[in-house]
Amino acid sequence: MRRFTLISVPYIWLLALFLIPFVIVFKIALSDAAIARPPYLPLLEFSEGWAGIKAFFSELDFENFVWLTEDDLYWKAYLSSLKIALVSTLFTLLIGYPIAYGMARAPNEWRPTLLMLMILPFWTSFLIRVYAWMGILSTEGLLNQLLMGLGLITEPLMILNTNVAVYIGIVYTYLPFLVLPVYAALEKLDDSLLEAAEDLGCSRFSAFWLVTVPLSRSGILAGCFLVFIPVLGEFVIPSLLGGSGTLMIGKVLFEEFFSNRDWPVASAVAVILLLILIVPIVLFQMNQQKQQEAGK
Amino acid sequence: MRRFSWFNATSLTLGFAFLYLPMVILVIYSFNESRLVTVWAGFSTKWYGELFQNKDFLNAAWVTLKVAFFSSCLATVLGTMAAYVLVRGGRFRGRTLFSGMIYAPLVMPEVITGLSLLLLFIGIGLDRGILTVVLAHTTFAMCYVSVVVSSRLVSFDQSLEEAALDLGCSPFEAFRLVTLPIIAPSVISGWLLAFTLSLDDLVIASFTTGPGATTLPIKVYSAVRLGVSPEINALSTILIALVTVGVITASLISKRAAVAQARDERAALQQ
Repeated sequence: MRRFTLISVPYIWLLALFLIPFVIVFKIALSDAAIARPPYLPLLEFSEGWAGIKAFFSELDFENFVWLTEDDLYWKAYLSSLKIALVSTLFTLLIGYPIAYGMARAPNEWRPTLLMLMILPFWTSFLIRVYAWMGILSTEGLLNQLLMGLGLITEPLMILNTNVAVYIGIVYTYLPFLVLPVYAALEKLDDSLLEAAEDLGCSRFSAFWLVTVPLSRSGILAGCFLVFIPVLGEFVIPSLLGGSGTLMIGKVLFEEFFSNRDWPVASAVAVILLLILIVPIVLFQMNQQKQQEAGK
Repeated sequence: MRRFSWFNATSLTLGFAFLYLPMVILVIYSFNESRLVTVWAGFSTKWYGELFQNKDFLNAAWVTLKVAFFSSCLATVLGTMAAYVLVRGGRFRGRTLFSGMIYAPLVMPEVITGLSLLLLFIGIGLDRGILTVVLAHTTFAMCYVSVVVSSRLVSFDQSLEEAALDLGCSPFEAFRLVTLPIIAPSVISGWLLAFTLSLDDLVIASFTTGPGATTLPIKVYSAVRLGVSPEINALSTILIALVTVGVITASLISKRAAVAQARDERAALQQ
């Protein structure tokens, strides 16, 4: 009996507040927008009995999904989100890997401090960390002042409200998500393997490519997924650092919902985003499982 | 032999400079006299004064603290239960669905979680306000708590619980007297994580909030959208200072606890 309570309380909570809401999103994605409260049709009328339920289902259709394929705003936003997520994951890896590598090579007594310094930004507000770049990247901002002071440029560069600012913001805020798993993989690396490679005639550089990189592969994959998956649906960064030309699906969904109040289309956008995310999420889970089995 | 090359030193220096410089600049400019955030006009603390005069910000901060407190406490209880069920619950019908529902919110885009919860609240006719934000935050934070707690539950010796049961404890007593003290540090860090996640959340709160329940991130976001403002710099500095003090204190306490535990173990061995 106790066991039953223990299982059912969190189970029912998650069913009610996680799973059922998704079913509702899916249902509304199949409805039509209407000028009413709530702003969609049809509504399920249990009072009319079986006929009401049948009428309800007959009015659901895939119209909103057809609409998404016809209006090029949406598929352009999906494509551009994928591109931004892919490119920024790559940049985060290029910048994060050397940091994780340096942390793993650092003397033992430094490592707890370095680790704490890497985790500290996690606890600091995401919004504030994005906001910090607004003052730096604006046309009168510090970066432009610095570059003009050095005489490198004569006209201030337009960085804020462009995709460049979005990339900088993503790399900055998601860097710890990549560094920590890569560091965890590199830290376990046995140094004698590198020595063996060098004894067998590898240069330091090729030993790095042939030994270190393959052995940290699962950490690299985990880190990349931890950046790629949330960036795909990112809203705060494109809306604060990006400009009108920055198309990201999270921003489109937010605006569709709050500005246009078209709930059925917003729900359809969410359903498609979820479908796109399934592939990387499954790959991520497989990688995690492989890692756990390798650890045993 | 571990080799720490100049390349490692450079990448660490540049990396941490990249991580910390923007925040340092933010803090410095919060003491700027001028309203123009990019021009330095001398040292002043006047923006802090203005911030504390601003009723809207104070109200939003109070709402945020209330939401974070209630949702993190609820999330800790539910998350710890969920972790216990996952690690010690054995097989039961629907276990795969349960673990899926624990891990899915961790990778779910916030816009989708927010939208789906809002549609639920409207569907069941629940008025949006502090309660709905607490429910929303509890749901995603409990998953983080359960991941943190279950990683501790996996690594500790189950025979301790079995011994307590053999010695006549009821399952609940065994949990309270043996399991809970051992997993307590992870439960506390789970609570802290839930609290911070709730303090920090903008997107889910924007969807699920209603009139009179504006949280601090929503307030900051609407102020920041219009551009950089010195009051927000001052607010950010206060938050950064709180987090820094909190994290350093927590790490010192856990270090001291580890040292004390090692000493106790040595003393126990000598007897």
